[in-house]
Amino acid sequence: MSSPRDVVITGIGLVSSLGEGPDAHWQKLAQPGLQPVLETARFAPYTVHPLPEIDWNLQIAKRGDQRQMETWQRLGTYAAGLALDDAGIKGNDELCTTMDMVVAAGGGERDEAVDAAILAASESRNDRDVLLNEKLTTELRPTLFLAQLSNLLAGNISIVHKVTGSSRTFMGEEGAGVSAVETAAARIRSGQSTHVLVGGAFQTEHSDMLLGYELAGYLHRGPWKPVWQRQGAAGGGVVSGSGGAFLVLEQREHAVSRGRRIYAELGPVVSGRARRSRGELDAEIAGLLIRAALPNGKLLAMSGASGAHAATSAEKTALDANPAIAARGFSTLTGHMKEAQFPFAVALAALAVDRKAAYPVFDAAAEKPFEGIPASVLATAIGYHQFEGMALVKSA
Amino acid sequence: MTNFRDHMGRPIVAVTGIGVVTSLGVGKADNWAALTSGKSGIHPITRFPVDHLNTRISGMVDFLDSSSKGASPLTYELAETAAHEAVAESGLDSSDFGGPLFLASPPVELDWHERFSLYNSDSQDAGAERLLRVARALKELDIFETTQFGSIADRLADRFGTRGLPITLSTACASGATAIQLGVEAIRRGECDRALSIGADGSATAEALIRFSLLSALSTHNDIPEKASKPFSKDRDGFVLAEGSGALVLESLEAALARGATVLGILRGCGEKADDFHRTRSKPDGSPAIAAVRAALADAGLSKDEIDYVNAHGTSTPENDKMEHLSLSTVFGERIGSMPVSSNKSMIGHTLSAAGAVEAAFSLMTMRESVIPPTINYDNPDPAIVLDVVPNKKRNAEVRSVLSNSFGFGGQNTCLVMAREPV
Repeated sequence: MSSPRDVVITGIGLVSSLGEGPDAHWQKLAQPGLQPVLETARFAPYTVHPLPEIDWNLQIAKRGDQRQMETWQRLGTYAAGLALDDAGIKGNDELCTTMDMVVAAGGGERDEAVDAAILAASESRNDRDVLLNEKLTTELRPTLFLAQLSNLLAGNISIVHKVTGSSRTFMGEEGAGVSAVETAAARIRSGQSTHVLVGGAFQTEHSDMLLGYELAGYLHRGPWKPVWQRQGAAGGGVVSGSGGAFLVLEQREHAVSRGRRIYAELGPVVSGRARRSRGELDAEIAGLLIRAALPNGKLLAMSGASGAHAATSAEKTALDANPAIAARGFSTLTGHMKEAQFPFAVALAALAVDRKAAYPVFDAAAEKPFEGIPASVLATAIGYHQFEGMALVKSA
Repeated sequence: MTNFRDHMGRPIVAVTGIGVVTSLGVGKADNWAALTSGKSGIHPITRFPVDHLNTRISGMVDFLDSSSKGASPLTYELAETAAHEAVAESGLDSSDFGGPLFLASPPVELDWHERFSLYNSDSQDAGAERLLRVARALKELDIFETTQFGSIADRLADRFGTRGLPITLSTACASGATAIQLGVEAIRRGECDRALSIGADGSATAEALIRFSLLSALSTHNDIPEKASKPFSKDRDGFVLAEGSGALVLESLEAALARGATVLGILRGCGEKADDFHRTRSKPDGSPAIAAVRAALADAGLSKDEIDYVNAHGTSTPENDKMEHLSLSTVFGERIGSMPVSSNKSMIGHTLSAAGAVEAAFSLMTMRESVIPPTINYDNPDPAIVLDVVPNKKRNAEVRSVLSNSFGFGGQNTCLVMAREPV
């Protein structure tokens, strides 16, 4: 039974190594045996899924605005613009000024050259705090602070796309993406919002972004493998990717009244925080699967599994335990996109529902085929280190 | 019979616990005593050398165990300390809080001391390549956790037994107010009976100071530190970087009274409006800030004549104070000249991610104590800003309702309306 306050998805903006936009992603991902786009040399021994070529002008008209952002902010602003365009909201003042926004953000694209010079100088100096003052006061670009700051992705979306209803930025890796979608949906269901822009971006082609994983040894090393097949290989199992995913979530009544195409309905969004050191992850995932109110019968699952050994193995075990579930580990083809991972999973789920077709297996050795029309699709993000979430996406 | 629903039929949200830490001290008692005696917490920087720096003063919190251990450990300790005070006051179980956690905290980065020590623990190759190689050989997770945006909230969730996935957020200088707003909204939606909202910021590192300096945002009045923060004065020249934390236990009024809790105040309304003008400057007509104030009043169901006092954002930057005056005078009209409007930041500086929560805590105390903390250093009024800033000395006054403003870089504006009594 549909209700006027259902949450529906009316806009999708995607960027990954596979291309940009929902159509390009569908066309690529629907091809059996698609090979990932990999960059194996630039960050060796790590492999990453790099950004595709992007004409930033298409979504960020002013060069001045582009210059005020590092790549991550530009990528997010770009993906947000794609979603707004897709939902027919971009350029509509009335809809933009009343639109709420929840962004899942990281940040910290530092100036690698300045940092490397400071580190090199630190080898021959003991007064490192003074060295820091000396170098940072003279070498830092004044605008860099804001160009890499977490809440300024949302700030730039307001400036470039004029989305100004409300603006919140959530931080905290995959969990931030989960909470962003969950909060946006709760706002719509309660009548607080009629339409919300929600999503995130991750630009992995920066040493500090790799360091954020590697300080705990999470990155996979050596020859690339699909996400489910990295246990036992060198490193920690994560292959990261640059990308962004934004969704326009809308109250059903609001979408219908303005005659918009609806991709899918966003059903339950559930989240959790297993105390993993106490062995709670398996039970937490099982609990989320119950709370997501899975329908009877076979179910396609767009899994955001990162490849991180413990979390990925726990998720795989839980999904495999339910014979009705056919999982697709999309990180095999996009890499792990951190804050954007969950919005990306929800977007891919919505596309399958909308196209009335399942994705072929992304990894024939670990995934099973799905025949027929997926009326509901599960989206998951089990954090590589902490926090878990799922959502059930249903035909509208 | 008490009415537990507000003018829009939503659960009324009460405050049952308050905690605060600033450069003035730990806890409400010390802070309130200092704040009402017009004492400044701004002092010379001693945490790191100040060679080459234009600004050499701050409102850092230098008296906690983690004060010299880096931004992440200090932010955690600040949050933990304020939350502990708030939860203890509420009478709820401090290890099994049982509601969600909303944490406003600064974005995290690998601390320079860690960066130096990792880098210099090896000598093969250079730059990022060396750091990554050293990183993957680390056996402990301590350094890793300081770089994860969700880790402070994760630890707090363990410490206090909060429920579910904790939310860590940033809306720049409005963050603390947003954390409170998220708690209020969760209770109003019926998702929970109680929430723990914290704003904490221990990120006053040399690099943070330099970044704000490069934006010309900081005061350089180094000679008399306690005089540097002078909101609404003609010679104001920037804000003073500071640290601190504020925590509130929020509960539905119904749940609070049912368990016999003392109600410390009511979180009556929240309003926000994003600015699309510029990354550091606000729209010249002040319309986003005006809209945020009006949205908060409407959400609270109060008219502009029903606000007794404004706890100003009042950063002491030329831009903010001018724009804040413009927005307040637009909303409140002629009455603004006779309405008390004071800035806590004149004494504690700008606690950034914590500011909205710290100032909400002080706003609630203002109502409870019937004392308005002053705006100190108001020796040279800006003739273009005609406000009753409660200059230099506290004022005894009945305060039934407060508007607290938070306006952030990046255009995120959030206003809270608090009331002493439920109706």
